[in-house]
Amino acid sequence: MTATVAATRSRDAEDDEVLGKAYDPRIVSRTWEYVKPYRGRMALATLLMIVIACANLSGPYLIKVALDYAIPGKDGRLLLLTVGAFFFTALVAWLGTYGQTYIMSWVGQSVLFSMRRSLFSHLQRLSFSFYDNMEAGRIMSRMTGDVNALNEFLTSGVVAIASDFFVLVGIVVLMFTLNWRLAAVTMLVVPVIAFATHLYRSRSREMYREVRRQNAIVTGNLAENISGVRVVQAFAREDVNRGKFDEVNRENLRRLIKATAWSSGFGPVITFISTVATVIVIWYGGQQVLGGAMTLGSLWAFLSYVGRFFEPINDLSARYNSMQAAMAGGERVFELLDTPPAVQDRAGAYELPAITGRVKFDNVVFEYLPDRPVLRGISLDADPGELVALVGHTGAGKSSIINILLRFYDIKSGSITIDGHDIREVTTESLRRQVGLVLQEPFLFSGTVRDNIRYGKLDATDEEIVAAAKAVNLHEFVASLPFGYDTEVQERGASLSQGQKQLLSFARALIADPRILILDEATSSVDTATEKLIQQALETLMRGRTSFVIAHRLSTIIAANQILVLENGRIVERGTHTELLQHEGHYYSLYSMQYRFQLAGVQGVAAE
Amino acid sequence: MKILRRLLGFAYRYRLYTVLAYACLLASTGLGLTQPLIFQQVIDRGIGEGNRTVLLQMAVALMVVNVTISLLQFGMSYLNEFVSQRVAYDIRNALYDHLQRLSFAYHDRGKTGELMSRVTSDVDSARIFTGQGVLQTVNTVVLYATILTMMFTLHWRLALLSLVTIPFIGYAAVTYGTRVRPMFSRMSRQWAQLTAVLQENITGVRVVKAFARETFESEKFADENREYLQRNITATRLQALVYPLMLFISAIGTILILWYGGSEVMRGGLTLGTLLAFNSYLQRLAQPTRQLGVIISWVSRAVASGERLFEILDAPSPVASRPGAPEMPPIEGRVVFDHVSFAYGQQRAGEARFQPRAERLTDRGEIVTPPSPAEMGADVLRDVSLEALPDQVVALLGHTGSGKSTLVSLIPRFYDVTAGAVTIDGHDVRGVELQSLRRQIGIVMQESLLFSATAAENIAYGRPDASPAQIERAARAAQAWDFIQELPEGLETKIGERGVTLSGGQRQRIAIARALLIDPRILILDDATASVDMKTEFQIQQALAELMKGRTTFVIAQRLTTIKNADQILVLEHGQIVQRGTHDQLLEQPGPYRQIYDLQLRDQEEVLAQISGVGGVSGVSGVSGVGGVSGVGGQRARG
Repeated sequence: MTATVAATRSRDAEDDEVLGKAYDPRIVSRTWEYVKPYRGRMALATLLMIVIACANLSGPYLIKVALDYAIPGKDGRLLLLTVGAFFFTALVAWLGTYGQTYIMSWVGQSVLFSMRRSLFSHLQRLSFSFYDNMEAGRIMSRMTGDVNALNEFLTSGVVAIASDFFVLVGIVVLMFTLNWRLAAVTMLVVPVIAFATHLYRSRSREMYREVRRQNAIVTGNLAENISGVRVVQAFAREDVNRGKFDEVNRENLRRLIKATAWSSGFGPVITFISTVATVIVIWYGGQQVLGGAMTLGSLWAFLSYVGRFFEPINDLSARYNSMQAAMAGGERVFELLDTPPAVQDRAGAYELPAITGRVKFDNVVFEYLPDRPVLRGISLDADPGELVALVGHTGAGKSSIINILLRFYDIKSGSITIDGHDIREVTTESLRRQVGLVLQEPFLFSGTVRDNIRYGKLDATDEEIVAAAKAVNLHEFVASLPFGYDTEVQERGASLSQGQKQLLSFARALIADPRILILDEATSSVDTATEKLIQQALETLMRGRTSFVIAHRLSTIIAANQILVLENGRIVERGTHTELLQHEGHYYSLYSMQYRFQLAGVQGVAAE
Repeated sequence: MKILRRLLGFAYRYRLYTVLAYACLLASTGLGLTQPLIFQQVIDRGIGEGNRTVLLQMAVALMVVNVTISLLQFGMSYLNEFVSQRVAYDIRNALYDHLQRLSFAYHDRGKTGELMSRVTSDVDSARIFTGQGVLQTVNTVVLYATILTMMFTLHWRLALLSLVTIPFIGYAAVTYGTRVRPMFSRMSRQWAQLTAVLQENITGVRVVKAFARETFESEKFADENREYLQRNITATRLQALVYPLMLFISAIGTILILWYGGSEVMRGGLTLGTLLAFNSYLQRLAQPTRQLGVIISWVSRAVASGERLFEILDAPSPVASRPGAPEMPPIEGRVVFDHVSFAYGQQRAGEARFQPRAERLTDRGEIVTPPSPAEMGADVLRDVSLEALPDQVVALLGHTGSGKSTLVSLIPRFYDVTAGAVTIDGHDVRGVELQSLRRQIGIVMQESLLFSATAAENIAYGRPDASPAQIERAARAAQAWDFIQELPEGLETKIGERGVTLSGGQRQRIAIARALLIDPRILILDDATASVDMKTEFQIQQALAELMKGRTTFVIAQRLTTIKNADQILVLEHGQIVQRGTHDQLLEQPGPYRQIYDLQLRDQEEVLAQISGVGGVSGVSGVSGVGGVSGVGGQRARG
C-alpha cells in the first residue's frame, strides 16, 4: 500500500516534467472533436490572421514607395495616397487583431468550457476504484493545468503558428522581391539565430524547471512550518528550522540567479546577431544603392523587414514548448475521459421499487485488487428495521461491507439483494436514493446550513428542513447562529464543532428518509453534553430503518439486533451482545483487550 | 508611498549592485539614441553624397554601438534580477522566521493558505516592483527626456506634431492597467471558485455518490464554469480591443511624420535621413509608453502586497523573552497557577480582519464557533489556582470550551496570562528565556502532527542531535519500534506529506516517542481516544503510561484509567475550577464530576464490570467495585 503511494507520487512528478512530442495526431484529432462545432469561426480567424499579416507587412513597402517615388518626385498626391494607404493598413491591423483575438479566445474558452463540463460529468460517473488510485490533487491538475495546456494549442497554438509561418514566409518573399542578392546574404544569419534560439530555449527550460522544483521545496517547507507552528514552538525548534529554511531558500536563490544569468544573456545575443544582419544590409545594400542596383526606399524597407524577422522565430520556438505541454496535457485529459467507470448500470437495469429494507448477502466475495480478497464469503440477513452492528479490527472488512452495499464497488461473486432485488440489476441512482450513508468524518459542502441539510432531498421545504434539524437536536444550535439556517458553514464547515457537524450530517441523512441506513460511527470524542445529543439523534435516525453500523459506542452495540464480528474478511461470530459475551470468543477478547489494560492500571494504583 | 519606500529599503543593502545596474541602463539608453543618427548619416552622407567611407564607418560604428549595448543590457538585467531575487530571498527568510516566532494567538486566526499566498505571490510582486518596476519606471522617464530632446533638436515642428499621439497611447495604456487588469482579477477569482467546487466534489465524492447527487453536482459545476467563461470572454474582449489599439495609435504617429515630414523634405526643409531618424525615435517611444499600464499595475500590486507583507512582519508577538531573561534552570516539576485569568481578546486587538478562533490547541481537534465581538474579551479562564507537585499527574476534565486546553497552553507560555501568574519551581514563566523553558516541557497533542522528514528526524525533532541509540530507545518505549522496522527503510523512511502514509495510531506513537526523547520534566498530554483498533489502542496506552512515568503530567483526560490514576482531578466549567480531588473523593460528592462519570465514563466501567463478572477475570473484582456499578448487563439496551 505504502509502496503504491510512493510510486504514484513519483509518477506524478514525472507527469509534470517530461515533455515529449510536439505533435500527436491522435490527440489533435480528439481535440478537433471539441473544436468542430466552431470550425466556421476558426476559418474566419484564420482569414483575419492572413489579412493582419498582409497589413503589417505592407507598412515598410509603403514607406519605400514614399521614399522612392513620392518624395524625390515631389509628388504631393502620391505622398498623400501612401499616407492614406498606411492609415488604412494600420486600421485594418487593429480591427483585424481585435476580431481575431476575440474570436479565438471565444472559441478556445468555449472548447475549454465543454471539455471541463464533460470531464466533470465523467468524474461523477467514475467509481470509487478510480478515486482510490488517484489523489485529489492529481485530478485537480487534470482538470485545470492539463486542460489549459491543451487550450494553448488552440488559442495561441494553431493560429499563432500558422500566423508566424505566414509572416516569416511573407518577409522572405518580400525581401527576395526587393533584392534577391541582398536577401540571400542576409539569410545567412537565419540558421545562426534559429540555432541560438533553440539552444537558449532548451537550456533555460531546464534551468527554470530546476528552479520550479526548488521553489516547490521552499513553499512546502514553509507551508509545513506554518501548519505545524505549534509543534515547532513546543519543541523550541525555531533556530534549527530557520537554518534549514535558509538552506533551501539559498539554494533556490542560487539556481534562480544561475537561470537569470542565462536568460539575461539571450536578449543581448539576439541583438548582436540582428546587428550583424543590419550591418550586412547597410554595408552591402548601401553599395548596391550607390551602384544603382537598388533604391534607397528598398534599403529602408529591407532594414525594417530584417528588424521584424526575429519575432516570429522567437515565437515559434516558444510555441514548441507550449505544443509539447499541450500534447502531454491532452494525453492525460483523454486518458481520464477514456477511463471507464468500474460500476455501471447494466443494460436494462430497472428502478429499484420502494423497498421495505430486507438486506441479504449471499456468500459475497469481494476484492479491491485482483486475487487479494478482503471479504471471503460473507452471508448475512437483515430484516426490515433491524440494527446490525459490525465490529472488528481495522482492516477486518467492515468498511468494505458498507462500500459494496451501496454498490460503490462491484462484488466478485455471490450476491447482495434488497427485498429480493439483486443490486446489480437495478439502477445505482435508485439504489442509493433509498440507502442513506453517514460517514465517520462528516463532510459538509460550502454553503449554508440549509443547503447542507437540503443535500439529502433537493426539493425539501424549509419546514421539512427545520423538522429534520429538530429531530436530530440541531435546531437549537442553528437558531443560535447569527443567520440561523442561512449561516454559511465556512471552508468545509470549519466554524462548526465536530459534534455539530455530525448532527448536521444526521439531519441530511434523515431528510432523505432512506429505508436502509449505513452509519460509520464517529470515534472522535465530543464533550458529554454533545455526546448525549448525538446518542438521542442516532436513535431517532435509526428508528424504523434497517441500519448497518460500524459501531464504536457501547450503547449502539448493546442495542443491536445482531452483532457481526469480522476478522480477515469473514464473519467469525454473530449474535447479540449478551450472547457473544457469554460465548467468550472473538467478541469477548476484542473487548477485554481494551479494558484489561484499564483494569491493570487500576490494580497498579491499588497496589501503591 | 511609505510602503514602497519600505520595500525599497530591502534593496538598500544591495545599493552597489543597483547603482551599477542603473549605470548600465543609462549608458545603453544613451548609446541606443545614437542609432537613428547613424542611420541618418548612412542615408544623407553615405548614400546621398555617395561616400563609401562614411558607409563603412557607420557600419562599424553600428556594430560597436550595438555590441556595447548588448553587454550593457546583459549587465543591467543580470544585476537587476540579482538584486530583486536577493530581496525576495531576504523577505522570505524574514517572513519565515517571524512567522514561526509569532505566538499562538496570532496563528489561531491565520489560515495557512492565506499566509502561504502572502509568502509566494506577495513576495513575488514585491520582487517585481523592486526589480523590473523601478527599473522600467526610470527607463521610461530617461527615454522620454532624451528622445524628446533629440527630436526637438532635429526639427521642433515635426517633434511637436509627432507628440500628438503620445497622450493617446498613454491613455490607452492607463485604461489597460486600470480596466482590463481588474477584469482579469475578477476572472481569476471566479477561477478560484470553480476549482473550489471541483475540489469539494472530489473530496466529498463519497457523499455525492451516497446521495446520488451526480447530476446536481454537474449542474452546480456547469454554473460556475459558465460564469467563468463569461468573465473570461468579457475580459479578453476588452483586452483584444485595447492592446492593438496602442499599436494603431503609434502607427498614426508614423503616418503624421511621413506626411508632414515628407512634404518638408520636398520643400527642402528637412533631409531624408533626418526624417527616417525621426521615425526611429518615435518608434522607440512607443514601447515604454505601452508599458505604462503594466508599470502602473506593478506598482499598485506592490503597494497592496507590501501592505500585507508588512502586516505580518510588523505583527508583534506578545509572547517573547524579555531582553536578558535568564535561562530556565533544570526543572523539578512544581507547577503553580496563582489566581490566573486569561482572555484571548486583548491579544487579538487590532487583528479583527481574521476569523478569531478559540481553543485551537488540542481541544478534540475541533474548532469552536468564533466568538462574537462581545465575547472576544470574555475570560476563558477565571481566577484559576492550582499546584502540581513534581511527578504528580493532574487530570483535567470539562466540556468543550471549558478552558482545559487554554489552561495547559499557559504552562509552556504559548499565551500570556491576563492576570495572576504561572510559576514553575517558583520561576514566573514570563521571567525566563522562552526556548529554555519550552525545551523542558513535552507535549503530545491529540492531532499528531508530523513533518515531511524521516521517521528518525521526526522522533528527534526536539533534539536534532540525538544519537541513533537514543532514537531507538524512545521509539521502543513508545511502542513504535516494531512498525518502524516494517517500513521500507526503517527509521530512514520518509513520512509525512511526501512520504509514506502512517495510520493515526502510528502517528500518535511517533509523537509520543518525540516527546519521550526530549525527556521533559513536565508533560502535557491530550489523552484522546483516536480512531484506532483495539490492539493499537492497547499499545498506545502502554506507551502513554511509559511516557508519564516520573514527570509532572497535565492530562486532558478521556480514559477512565488515566482519570483514576491521577493525583488530582480538576473539573473545569466556564473557565473556572469547580471541583478538585481524587476520583474516589469526587464520586462521593454530587457535582459535575459525577455527571460526567454517569454519562461517559460509566460505559467504560460497565465493560470492566461485565468482563470481570461474565469472564471472571481473576484479581480484579475488588477493583471493579470502585465505581460502585453492578449488574449492568444490558440495562442500557434500547428497545
